[in-house]
Amino acid sequence: MKIESDLKYTSKDEWVRVDGNMAVIGISDYAQEQLSDIVFLEYLVSEGDDVAKEAEICTIESVKAASEIYSPVSGKVVELNEELLDTPENVNSDPYGAAWMIKMELSDPAELDALMDAEAYQKNIEEREA
Amino acid sequence: MINLEPLIYDKTSPGRRGVRFPESAVPHTDLPADLVRQDLPLPELSELDVVRHFTKLSQLNHGVDIGFYPLGSCTMKYNPKINEETARLAGFAGIHPLQPVETAQGALHLMYLMQEFLKEIGGFAGVTLQPAAGAHGELTGVLIIKKYHDFNGDTQRNKILVPDSAHGTNPATSAMSGFKVVQIKSDERGNVDLEALKAECDDTLAGFMLTNPNTLGLFEENVCEVSEIVHQAGGLMYGDGANMNALLGISKPGDLGVDILHYNLHKTFSTPHGGGGPGSGPVGVVEKLVDFLPGPLVAVQDQGGEDVPPYYNFVTPEHTIGRMKAFHGQFGVIVRAFTYIMMHGAQGLREVSEYAVLNANYLMALVKDAYRLPYDRVCMHEFVVEGRWPEIEGVHALDISKRLMDFGFHPPTNYFPLIVREALMIEPTETETKETLDEFAKALLQIAEEAKSNPDVLHQAPHVTPIGRLDEVKAARNLVLCCGVPWLDND
Amino acid sequence: MFHPHTDSDREAMLKTIGAGSIEELFEAIPEDLRFPELDLPPIHTEMEARELLQDISEGNETQRDLPMFLGAGAYNHYIPAAVDFILRRGEFYTAYTPYQPEISQGTLQAIFEYQSHVINLTGMEVSNASHYDGATAAAEAINMGRVILRGKRSKAVVSPGVHPQYRETIHTYVDNDSFDIQGEDLDLTAGPEALYPLIDENTAVVMVQYPDFFGRVYDYTELAEKVHQAGAILAIVANPLASALLKSPGEFGADIVCGEGQPLGIPLSYGGPYLGILATREKYVRHIAGRIVGETQDEEGKRGYVLTLSTREQHIRREKASSNICTNQGLMALAATVHISLLGKEGLREVANLNYQHAHYAAKQISEIPGFEAWSDQTFFNEFVVKCPMPAGKLNDLLLEEGIVGGYDLGKDYPGMQDHLMVAVTEMNSKSQIDFLVEKLAEVSRD
Repeated sequence: MKIESDLKYTSKDEWVRVDGNMAVIGISDYAQEQLSDIVFLEYLVSEGDDVAKEAEICTIESVKAASEIYSPVSGKVVELNEELLDTPENVNSDPYGAAWMIKMELSDPAELDALMDAEAYQKNIEEREA
Repeated sequence: MINLEPLIYDKTSPGRRGVRFPESAVPHTDLPADLVRQDLPLPELSELDVVRHFTKLSQLNHGVDIGFYPLGSCTMKYNPKINEETARLAGFAGIHPLQPVETAQGALHLMYLMQEFLKEIGGFAGVTLQPAAGAHGELTGVLIIKKYHDFNGDTQRNKILVPDSAHGTNPATSAMSGFKVVQIKSDERGNVDLEALKAECDDTLAGFMLTNPNTLGLFEENVCEVSEIVHQAGGLMYGDGANMNALLGISKPGDLGVDILHYNLHKTFSTPHGGGGPGSGPVGVVEKLVDFLPGPLVAVQDQGGEDVPPYYNFVTPEHTIGRMKAFHGQFGVIVRAFTYIMMHGAQGLREVSEYAVLNANYLMALVKDAYRLPYDRVCMHEFVVEGRWPEIEGVHALDISKRLMDFGFHPPTNYFPLIVREALMIEPTETETKETLDEFAKALLQIAEEAKSNPDVLHQAPHVTPIGRLDEVKAARNLVLCCGVPWLDND
Repeated sequence: MFHPHTDSDREAMLKTIGAGSIEELFEAIPEDLRFPELDLPPIHTEMEARELLQDISEGNETQRDLPMFLGAGAYNHYIPAAVDFILRRGEFYTAYTPYQPEISQGTLQAIFEYQSHVINLTGMEVSNASHYDGATAAAEAINMGRVILRGKRSKAVVSPGVHPQYRETIHTYVDNDSFDIQGEDLDLTAGPEALYPLIDENTAVVMVQYPDFFGRVYDYTELAEKVHQAGAILAIVANPLASALLKSPGEFGADIVCGEGQPLGIPLSYGGPYLGILATREKYVRHIAGRIVGETQDEEGKRGYVLTLSTREQHIRREKASSNICTNQGLMALAATVHISLLGKEGLREVANLNYQHAHYAAKQISEIPGFEAWSDQTFFNEFVVKCPMPAGKLNDLLLEEGIVGGYDLGKDYPGMQDHLMVAVTEMNSKSQIDFLVEKLAEVSRD
């Protein structure tokens, strides 16, 4: 299981990559392992939407499970990874790269402080596993 | 080994005919040219082709008539053949749902008696036969809860509680009816955690949905306290009757504080599961809820006299939630269940539950040294074991299930209830002999041994079925949901 | 009774369990509430039960005892002998939902073929494995439309020509939250264009029936355009047998087709079990309720079938499921699959045409009786409405005295239609039966 060191994480297994005022969101390697083979993905927001923190932004399905993805931060949706709709298996093979989901313009960068860094996320997973 | 069968669309031959109809004997009327369909892409086969095709398909199935089918919570008991005869009697199969009630008194009589039987068995004041299946009965019940509170002006009651062991239909039904769903955890004996329950019992409580015996096969030991807590908070107790096969003549849910209960005639009362339906999910309610039942119900309109039978008619309860489906319910299923009750009487029904519970406890005793029991208590009509061993990696409940097929058994329910890891839920039913249970236990013990000595034989199972493990990921990623459709490019 | 235990079995089993008696196993149940005496009829042996049920069944008069001209959502059609022969195979009817595909390929492939037949008949792209009946399928169709539009639209427009019991069922399903149904009180004589003014940006679903409850057949192409212009979903409640002869709902542009599959090889059986049809477009596949079977292969590449897309369903999604439905009407779907396969392309057209011919003959003959006239000049399939010289209820009473079950008294559901009788004529109503009806109608209306 991989945890990328330069990302921020939530306890629901989303990751955020911050670049200035922009945030890119996806789900972690741990999350994709739990879900197993991803067969379907659907965005619940559109480009230009204002999204509140913890709003549902995406639904993701494997054969055995379905899960909602919640926005780790508030902001405006700038871009959706439309390619991922046709290649949901990328969530399994490249969760931190090709399987990025949503790009957002942050409306409250201070919200980032509440997210976990890689080390805290690692601990968080270990606690859940125990 | 039996071979697979081609699709019926692959066996079609243009111009070949099956069943034919007589020539029209009336003067011809032209068809409406602008509305006539040009192309009807259906197969063309002879009658024998069709009969062979479906006979071969049938041979690819496992059923109760073929072998043991201990699918937990589904009550796969023997389906008496006489039920198939009675449901097909011309006087039942050949009557129209809207024909005048004076020409259908036999049907109404039977439905009336069935309502009475189910009232008596469950301890209720009213019963509707309308719901088409268990989940449909649940929807009926939850809509009654909604209507009852609304009627009393308690519109703030928007929350339904379900145990964490609940069947998925409980939360799905509650949400479908506009309720918020809150899960209540189970305690270390597998009962509802009373403290967790109390914490959620406030003036927004609409009801609590309890399956008893629960999906762990355990009788809810605190059922009376649970009912009292829920009632004191102003909530209603909903009973999921999926597991009534443990309670016939043993205890009446109405006596235990249940206000609404759905029966599953296809489980408890032996009507065939039909490869997934038709079911039938009558709902019983206590006195204060009778007026909310869906209509129509059958009532006695005229008591009759010495030589005059009672006259029955349909009535609609005053504050009814409305109709749940067209017509009067799954009548053909009701005839079968009626036949079954008639053949058992009070004593026979009690024996059904007694032997269902005896069989489950016997089987549990035979396997419990080899499979971990999450709750080591006397079980009711079914029990749950863990399909895994901490010291063996990579062997799952699914592998055990697939391996059981090699012995000619249908696997138990897997991965449910969700609160048990790698759950295997086993319900033998009362119609199985001791010998069958011994054979099944022997297979389970052998598999437990194989898990240690030769896990590959589990991973590669099943070995003797017409087809191996199927790729469900491919099925879901690359959807092919039909064949022979000219306007789709699936072929 | 069907439990096989001998005394020695019971003793041996109790010994293994470590219990002294069966009663001991029930000690978790509060003692004062344990073992109630049930007041039920005495035990009947099979022989006695058979006799009893035969007696009860004879309290009903069947289609063989009395010629019937009743339809209104349930139709008397010929069912080939081979259909029931297949249904009686224990391998089919004593199986359950095909959770374990390796030992359920029979059920799974039959459902896959059912889905294919339904898609071909309705002109759609995806079908579920069946629903309870026509009414519940219609209610699910309304829910589906709401969910497709993510709950952002707050009303459905439902034609008064949708079966009254289906509309009641829809109300039961949706009335519990803020969702509005409009259109049911429109003028009955108007066509689908009467719905147009109600269709707006707040409309999630528009529902019409084909043929409608009164038997009328409309071309819904223009309606479909209006619905789609408004960004809404068009759901058509269809009689699948009519679609063997007439344009399919898919050709009009329907987004959802639902309906009653009973005309496809399922006995009348006093209203159930029947077969709910629910089909849609590929793009809405994840919003359809109920089981769906898909094709795949095993490790050796053998073609096989599995339940798929189950993440929509209650056992995974729980409170977020697309519906709470678990089972379908498996055996009824099998009946329809066998029936359609036996009749095939030509047989199904043949029987649909017989319905059309017989019904039109009957309509013509009845409209020539003094005092009777056709209520509508719209095209129809196998059912039509006649305006009568007296209340339809009274007319039916008089017909019953003559040994005929007449048509459906529309006054029961539509105030102001008391003098209107709805007559269904299928291939089972022979010319002589029709002539007998016409003769008796003339007689009883003359007196």
